[in-house]
Amino acid sequence: MGIQLGIFTVGDVTMDPTTGRTPTEHERIKATVEIAKKAEEIGLDVFATGEHHNPPFVPSSPTTTLAYIGAQTENIILSTSTTLITTNDPVKIAEDYATLQHLVDGRMDLMLGRGNTAPVYPWFGKDMSKGIELTIENYQLLRRLWDEPVVNWEGKFRTPLQGFTATPAPLDGVAPFVWHGSIRTPEVAELAAFHGDGYFANNIFWPKEHYIRLINFYRQRFEHYGHGRPEQAIVGLGGQFFMRKNSQDAVNEFRPYFDNAPVYGHGPSMEDFTAQTPLTVGSPQQVLERTLAFADYYGDYQRQLFLVDHAGLPLKIVLEQLDLLGEILPTMRAEFAARRPAGVPDAPTHASRVSAAQAQQPVEVGA
Amino acid sequence: MTKIAVVSAGLGDPSTTRMLADAFAAKVNELAPATAVEVFGLRDLAHDIVDATLAGFASPRLQSVIESVQQADGVIVVSPIYQASYSGLFKSFFDAFENDSLIGKPVLTAATGGTARHSLAIEYALKPMFSYLQTVLVPTGVFASPHEWGSNGERALDTRIERAVRELLSLVEGHGTGRSFDDSIDLFSETMLSISDPIS
Repeated sequence: MGIQLGIFTVGDVTMDPTTGRTPTEHERIKATVEIAKKAEEIGLDVFATGEHHNPPFVPSSPTTTLAYIGAQTENIILSTSTTLITTNDPVKIAEDYATLQHLVDGRMDLMLGRGNTAPVYPWFGKDMSKGIELTIENYQLLRRLWDEPVVNWEGKFRTPLQGFTATPAPLDGVAPFVWHGSIRTPEVAELAAFHGDGYFANNIFWPKEHYIRLINFYRQRFEHYGHGRPEQAIVGLGGQFFMRKNSQDAVNEFRPYFDNAPVYGHGPSMEDFTAQTPLTVGSPQQVLERTLAFADYYGDYQRQLFLVDHAGLPLKIVLEQLDLLGEILPTMRAEFAARRPAGVPDAPTHASRVSAAQAQQPVEVGA
Repeated sequence: MTKIAVVSAGLGDPSTTRMLADAFAAKVNELAPATAVEVFGLRDLAHDIVDATLAGFASPRLQSVIESVQQADGVIVVSPIYQASYSGLFKSFFDAFENDSLIGKPVLTAATGGTARHSLAIEYALKPMFSYLQTVLVPTGVFASPHEWGSNGERALDTRIERAVRELLSLVEGHGTGRSFDDSIDLFSETMLSISDPIS
């Protein structure tokens, strides 16, 4: 497949401002599963969940949820948005995600990030001022735990490891593909570039100029480290929309949700916010055109994830949004494919990575 | 060409804060005619400023003013004093700046107030804020209380404005501390280098 299209969830429990009703945590968790199954039903490629450790968010245990979804789906790739590389023990990340990889037959990957809640650091015994150093060191250890059978390791932030083997080993000897998510930190782009991993730009909260700079930096550094040309780097983007057949209906229906949304509510008007960030509120055609334009300024890319279940939207409306997305999905896919220059790599999957790894193995003589 | 940005947080229309800001602009023009002076009134940007504090990014209109201030060689800031300190809008405007983006910038602090009892607000409120931002402060701060708009003589408002502007222009010509904001990505920082040199 060329570009992977999917959705990602923050997992917030937010009051529906039109009814005053707040779902329970139980309802929210079950709704997340319904949304993921719907994503598969309409033909999306990816479902990703965030990781948080404080109310009003529910997804504290992403691999539990993803495994449960994996058991009820066939094709959709399960991922995260993001897995906290700073405060989780890299050994536990290696084990949890390798287990998930086996359970879903490779139909998963993960996105690493630093999270958005400062007190998470002290809750897990870490120092927020060391956030970037933790990211770098923990990732270097995670990489070795997945790529080397026996690890001797010593760092600044964690108990040393002597002759340690993380179990299970990755499926087919190929570690899950790693994306690095970031809103503004060039060190994260550098980390992704050095390892030849994917780089995911949030593309939701800020004007596009911020992300253009970071994505271009990542592409240049990807080439610097010998992984390919800049346009061959693996880029993912967020995005968000609210659509109805008639664009004015979308504007009217979404406005109370926008105006009271946890992040930007009571701030800029919806008109200003849609003009200044990638949020689109309008007809399916408008969403289609705006999304396809992302590649004009970021370059052709590998993964597009939309945020759909937020701002207190009830499950019913979220599922309707996915139905509408499903209707434009074939066109979106075809248009992305049509504009994609030769030489821009496909989004990585477990199968493609296994083939690539096998191609690098020496041919057995006399076999 | 040397550029001076004047920021006025006056809320009224007309506003004495804006009058003071305009007096500074006129004085810069008088003393250094080749200098480009621009006065930015925050009143018209009030909604954009509040939006920026909530949304985390500045609207294009606000961003262009922020960039003008960042790119100026010297900055004159004028706030009304409310409840013993600078106005909330004044503070929120500077809260919307990138960290460190005013480092090394010569800054002249000025304020207006309804009573002379607020005059030390420059020393205990405005100057500490701009010290924190690592700007180079003009030693003379200018406070204007209502009666001073009719004053004359050695300590008159106009005399203090002139003294402060001369200090600012002198600092600007000497390029302050020689430090300035740099948002280029440093590939050779210890942290960046540690990425391509994993601990083994």
